[in-house]
Order: sequence, then structure tokens, then C-alpha cells
Amino acid sequence: MKLAVLQQKEQVTLVTLALGSQTLAISADLLREILDPLPVTRVPGAGAFVPHVVNVRGSVVPLANLKIALGIPDAEADERSRILVLEIPLDGEPALVAIQADAVYEVATIETGAMERLPDTASIWPPEYLIGLYKGADGFVLLPDLPAIFSAQTAQAAAA
Amino acid sequence: MVDDELAGVFREELRDLLDSLERGLLDLKAAPQDMGLVNQVFRDLHTVKGSGAMFGFVELAAFIHRFETLFDRVRGGEVPVSAELIRLALAARDEIPGLVDGVADPEGRRDAILAGLGALAEGTAEPAAAVPVATPLVTPLVTGPALLEFRLLGEALGLGARPEVVLAELRAMGAEGIVADLADVPPLDLLEPDQCHIVWRMRLPAAVTEAQVEDVFLFTDAEWKLVRALPEGEGFAFELGEGAGEEAGEEAGAGAGAGGGAVAAPAGAGPLAQVAATPVQAASVLQAVASAVAEGPAVVAAAATIRVPAERLDALMDAVGELVIVEARLTELARQSRDPALMSTAEQITRLAAGLRDATMTMRMVPMRSLVGRFRRLISGLSDNLGKPVSFNVQGEDTELDKTVIEKLADPLVHVLRNAIDHGMETAEERQSSGKPQTGMIELSAEHAGAEVLIRVRDDGRGMDPARIRAKAVAQGIIAPDAVLTEAQVFALVFEPGFSTATEVTELSGRGVGMDVVRRTIESLRGAIEIESTLGSGTSVTLRLPLTLAIIEGLLVEVAGEKYTLPMAMVQEIVALPPDRALPKRTGDFLDIRGRFVPFLRLRGLFDCAGEPGAEQNVVIVATGENRVGIVVDRIVGTNQTVIKQMSKLHAGVRAVSGATILGDGSVALILDVGHLIGLGRGTGPAGFAGMAFAEVAA
Repeated sequence: MKLAVLQQKEQVTLVTLALGSQTLAISADLLREILDPLPVTRVPGAGAFVPHVVNVRGSVVPLANLKIALGIPDAEADERSRILVLEIPLDGEPALVAIQADAVYEVATIETGAMERLPDTASIWPPEYLIGLYKGADGFVLLPDLPAIFSAQTAQAAAA
Repeated sequence: MVDDELAGVFREELRDLLDSLERGLLDLKAAPQDMGLVNQVFRDLHTVKGSGAMFGFVELAAFIHRFETLFDRVRGGEVPVSAELIRLALAARDEIPGLVDGVADPEGRRDAILAGLGALAEGTAEPAAAVPVATPLVTPLVTGPALLEFRLLGEALGLGARPEVVLAELRAMGAEGIVADLADVPPLDLLEPDQCHIVWRMRLPAAVTEAQVEDVFLFTDAEWKLVRALPEGEGFAFELGEGAGEEAGEEAGAGAGAGGGAVAAPAGAGPLAQVAATPVQAASVLQAVASAVAEGPAVVAAAATIRVPAERLDALMDAVGELVIVEARLTELARQSRDPALMSTAEQITRLAAGLRDATMTMRMVPMRSLVGRFRRLISGLSDNLGKPVSFNVQGEDTELDKTVIEKLADPLVHVLRNAIDHGMETAEERQSSGKPQTGMIELSAEHAGAEVLIRVRDDGRGMDPARIRAKAVAQGIIAPDAVLTEAQVFALVFEPGFSTATEVTELSGRGVGMDVVRRTIESLRGAIEIESTLGSGTSVTLRLPLTLAIIEGLLVEVAGEKYTLPMAMVQEIVALPPDRALPKRTGDFLDIRGRFVPFLRLRGLFDCAGEPGAEQNVVIVATGENRVGIVVDRIVGTNQTVIKQMSKLHAGVRAVSGATILGDGSVALILDVGHLIGLGRGTGPAGFAGMAFAEVAA
């Protein structure tokens, strides 16, 4: 998704969460539920990005680690960690995907005018996976492009 | 017009009727004299017309009415079944959905079809044709073909004339719509075996000259007549000569009284052998028809059925799936509680859940027959287009599969069948020169084998050439020039993306897309595909599919604390791993199972598990067909009802896992793809993985 698409609306509702020391914001439209940590099942050979599946109310849902895709260093998980269940288009079909978060902060409405493209220089994050960023209370908040991140993974999985 | 619900019911019904109609027409093409089939087609048309009118589809009803009129005449023996008639009837059938949906027909296709059908129906409405005689056929859109009729005179047959040779020559000149008129064939007791009583009529291309026709009859004592430039709309009033016409009339009266009516044997529909070439054969054809008529229309027993939207069945299956999981949880809790009352209730729930599960799964089973109709049509069309005569046999149409499997199976099977006829089948000439019957054979068979269904497409065509496939794969960079492959591995190369051996890209196949899609679809159904082929004598493609995609009996195993499920139907036996084999060795890992060597895989190694195995490990021997492989696990947990959940597309690359299931304690266990593991164990899996497996085994 391009920032321009997001900026067609004046305001968007976002969920902010922590990954390591970084704060991310995800569109609240994608969010289905927030769960306490669940027992996970390892999928052998699945790679580091989507290493597990979890049981979400009777559905088997892949559990992704966005830190791998975004190159964010790992941090010790504590009692604040959560699982976010999202519905994301995968190859044109909506699919349930869970992501790990080290903490979930708040649901906030943000003016899209305050959002910016990623600076071309000085970016330590993969630009193709980020829509942009904005300045929050405690520093920059990243807007990950989840459809792009997961589509790249399905393409890789299909090719394997 | 009509409220939507009623229209929906009509559409549902219509789909079945159209399937039945198509099947009837195609069967009729193969057996034009079968009055039972004619009656069936007529009944279907009549029902479509009736329900269409009832639901307010006026245009449809009017269209079918004219279609039906023609078949009424066929039924009365006034119009013969011919290839042309079948072709037009199928085209007319294809227009029906458009009529129902109110699709416009700007090109006037429907009118053209109706005109064609009308011409066929009225061809015999001419004076001479109050007589049930065969009618030559004409396509109204084509003008100016010459019409030829001939009969063999006097002792011609006795003197060695061969009508089939004459017909073959005429066909070589482009004769079409050949019809044998049996009206003059006398009753059996009056029959003179060495006299030919049949009149043949056909269409010849406009370019054919009298002199050419004369040449054909040079050595045959025959009476023939060539009529040109048929004025449009005038029908086919052949002047048979006065005597002949009258005779035919008398004969017809007698014939009609006999119940079957005189029957015309069309030649266009099939090989020459089907044409009554001699009076004796003609008589036997008449008898056959008479007996068919005597049997009357088959009594169709309408079973009491109820139509249910597919989504409701899916919802029911989902609910049953949840129930089975909760039931497993309940059983677990009851056992822990040690409360006898609770345990006995849990047992009853278990029994009821199993019954409900079986009933629900049975409801979702659909016979293969529902797919076969469109395949007949496909084969028939391809056979005509490619000029490769093919007979299509179907075995085991009643074999049932889960409806999801059936739905997803249609496209892959179409592809395999197309390949069989387009690549596999030789032309009639090639077949003849290699000593095979001219008509090729394609067989589609379906049968149950344990918890699998085997669907096989077999042809007696040219077979696959391993050397050519190999060369092509090397040229396309799919394998290295020095790769060592078994024959099975070579055949499996055709499933690689981008592979195609067709030297020419035909309209149908040869673009190299397809077989990889076929394999992917079959694998997404937890099935497998195998090819066997003998160069020169044919190819057989076998699809192995699970009976159901919903719930299976599973064997739960544990490896390094992780639980995995194996489909019980594929488990042959479980043996203890001999202590001296506890750790992998340098040499290949084989087990001696009652004198036969079975390769085995260590899941710990394959799945990259941490830690060392315990003292006792077990080997689960799994099999598909003849292929057996052992899978080394730490512990056998037990059997359980496994509700299959699809893996996400994000895990599409994990080939060793075919799905997941939720256990009684709410955790997820992965279902192992036994077909894939067997491929790994035997080194016949995808090239990249095979090496890895051997490395693992040998490491």
C-alpha cells in the first residue's frame, strides 16, 4: 500500500504495539482480536518469519514474527507480550494471520497528514515493507505494509 | 417475472436435465439406433420445456419446442439420428443456459441452429417422405453441395461388389452425412442374401464432378444419381424413380406396423462397420432395434432425494469437526475425573459424534459420474477436431468422493485427458502402420483402495519416450546433463514447471503450463500423481486421492516432544527400531522387514529437532501402493479422530506437512504428508529434496 492511498482519508484508526524497542502501528480494520500468549506448534522447515501455528478458536492460524521481516533485533519476551490476530488479503483472498507483539499500547486515531514517507537515506528498515512513519509521543512509529510482507512470504513459499 | 427462489429451483433442475440431455445425445451418437436413448432425450427436452414455461421462461420454451419437435420425429422414426443432428442438438443444448439467463444472441446463432434443426425435421415432410425413410442431411448454412445417392443393382453383391469400399472411396472424395436407407429391405423371410436392398445417400463437395463419381462406380454395377445446386428450402426430394418411390411407401406402411418403423442407419456417426453393409446385417440391425423398442423405455426409479445448498453441508461439516475436537477434550477430562457417570456420558457422546461424523461425510460423497458427462463431450469434440478416432470407456462411475475433491478434480482431469488425446494418441494412419486398431482407446477408471480413491486415465497411444523427456529436461535446464534418474523420476519431470515435449504448440496443449498445475492441484488435495508408460503401447496416469478432506483416522506420534499425526489408512505396521540403529550411520538406512528392505527416515533429523533420541524409538511403516518407507519416531501416542485443517499459504513451501489438526488439549498437531515422505525415503521426490533426504539418512 502506498502512503498516498492511506492519505485519501483524513484520519485512520491504528493499533500501536511494541516489537523490541520499536513502536509499530497497524490499521485497526485488519485487527480481529488480541490474545494472551498461546501454546505454539513449530512447523519444521517453515523458516524464521512464520515458524509456528496456533489454535485460534478452532482455526489453525500461522504465527508470524515481524521482527524477522523488518530487521528488528529480538528482545526478551515478558508478561506484556500478546498475539494479534489479523485478517489480511493473501493472493486476493482474506486470510487469518497472527503476529507476535512484545506489548500492545493503544488504539488511536491519527491524522494522515502527519504521516511521511520513509526517508530515502538513513533507513535501517527494508523500504518495500513499510508504508511510512509518523512522530508519536515517544519517538517514531513505523507503519508496516502487511499485505506486501505476507505476499512476499507466500510467493517464496510457493516457489519452495 | 419469477421470484428468485423458484427460479433458483428451476436452474438447479435445469443443470441436471442439461447434463442428462448431453449425456443422452453423446450416447446416441455412439448408438444411433437406440430408441431408448431417443426417448430419454425427448423426455429431457419435454421436461425442460414444461418447467421452463411454468417458471415463465417463454423464450426458452419456444426454443425447446422446436428442438423437441425434431426429436418427436426422430422418435417416430421419421428422421434418422445422424452426426449432423447430434452436432446441432448439442449446439442447441448449449444455448439453453443463455436463454434462461436472458443472454442476447446478436449473431443469430439460435436462429441458425433452429433453422438447421427445422431443416432436419422437415427434410422428410416432403411428399415422398411421409415415408419413414432416411433423409440425407444438409447444413442450411452451406449452399451448393452435390447430393449423391446410389444403390447396388441385381447380382452386384453376389458378384463381389463391396459397398464399404465404394463408401470409403466416396468418403475420401469428401462425402459427408452418409445415410443408408433401409426402407427397401424386405422382411427376413423374403430376403435375398445376395441382393443389396440398401440405398445410400450423401453430400459431396460442390467441386466433385460427375466423371469422378463415375470412376468410383466403374467396376460396380450400381445405379447412381448426382443432384446439384439444391434450391434452398426445397428439402431433399430425391426422385427415386416412380417404382422405387411407391415401393418405399408400401414398405414403410409394413415397417411402421411392425412397431419399430423402418430405421435408417446413419453412417456419419461412426466407423463404416456400423453401417449395415449387407442386407443380412441390415436385417439384424432391424431386429436389434425392434427388440430395443419392445423393451420399452427403461423404468426410471426416482429415489426420494432432497436438495440442500452446498454451504449448509459445509457448515454442518464444520460443526461436526468442532464437535469431534470437543468430544476428544471431554473424553480426556472424563478420564481424569474418574467419575463413572461422567465417563459413561462421555462414551455415549463419543459414539454419537462418530455416527454423526459418518453420516455427514456420507452426505458429502458425490459419484464420479457427475464429472464424466463433460469428459465425454470433451473427448468427442477433441476426437473430431484432431481427426483421431477415439473410443472413451469409463469404469467405476459410481465411485464416490468428497464433493470438494470432485470439484477440484475436474480441471486436472480435463488436462490429463487432453494430453492423452493430443499428445498420447497417434493419428489413425500412424496407428494403422504400427499395427494397432485405428480407433484409439482412452479409459477413465475410478476405484476405492483403502482410504484412497485411485483415478486412472489410460490410453493405448504412443507412450512416453524417457530419452526424449530427458533430453528436453536437460535442454531446458531442469536437470543437469549427468543427472542419474530412474524411469519414474524421468516421467515425473513432466510435472516440472515450464516442461513441454510437444515439438509444436497446438491449440490444446504443449505450452508447458498445465502438468505442474495438475500436480499442484492434486497435492493440494493431499493426493499424489504417478505416470507409467511403455513406449509404443500407451500411458497411464494415476491420481491417488484421499476419500475425504474433512476427517480422517490418525495415528498420533511424538518426536522430541512435538506431536505429529499420520493418516492411519497409510500406516501398515509399527516396529521397534533395533538398538544398533538408534543413531544414524554412514551407510544407507534400511530395515529388514520380513526379508524385504525398507528405507527409513528419521523425523528428528529431517525436522531438525534438538536433543538426543531416547532408548526406545519406533518405526512406523507407511505405504502408498507398493512403496513402503519407515518413519522413525520417539513414541506412539495413539489413534485419534483427526479433523483436517488446511495449512496457510504462508506454509505452502513446507512439503512434509499436508495439514494440521487440533488435539483434545487444544494444541495443534501437524499432519504429515506421507506421500511426500515416501518420496523422500525412496529418493523419487523432487530433485532438490531427494538429495537432502539421502544426506540426512547417511549423515
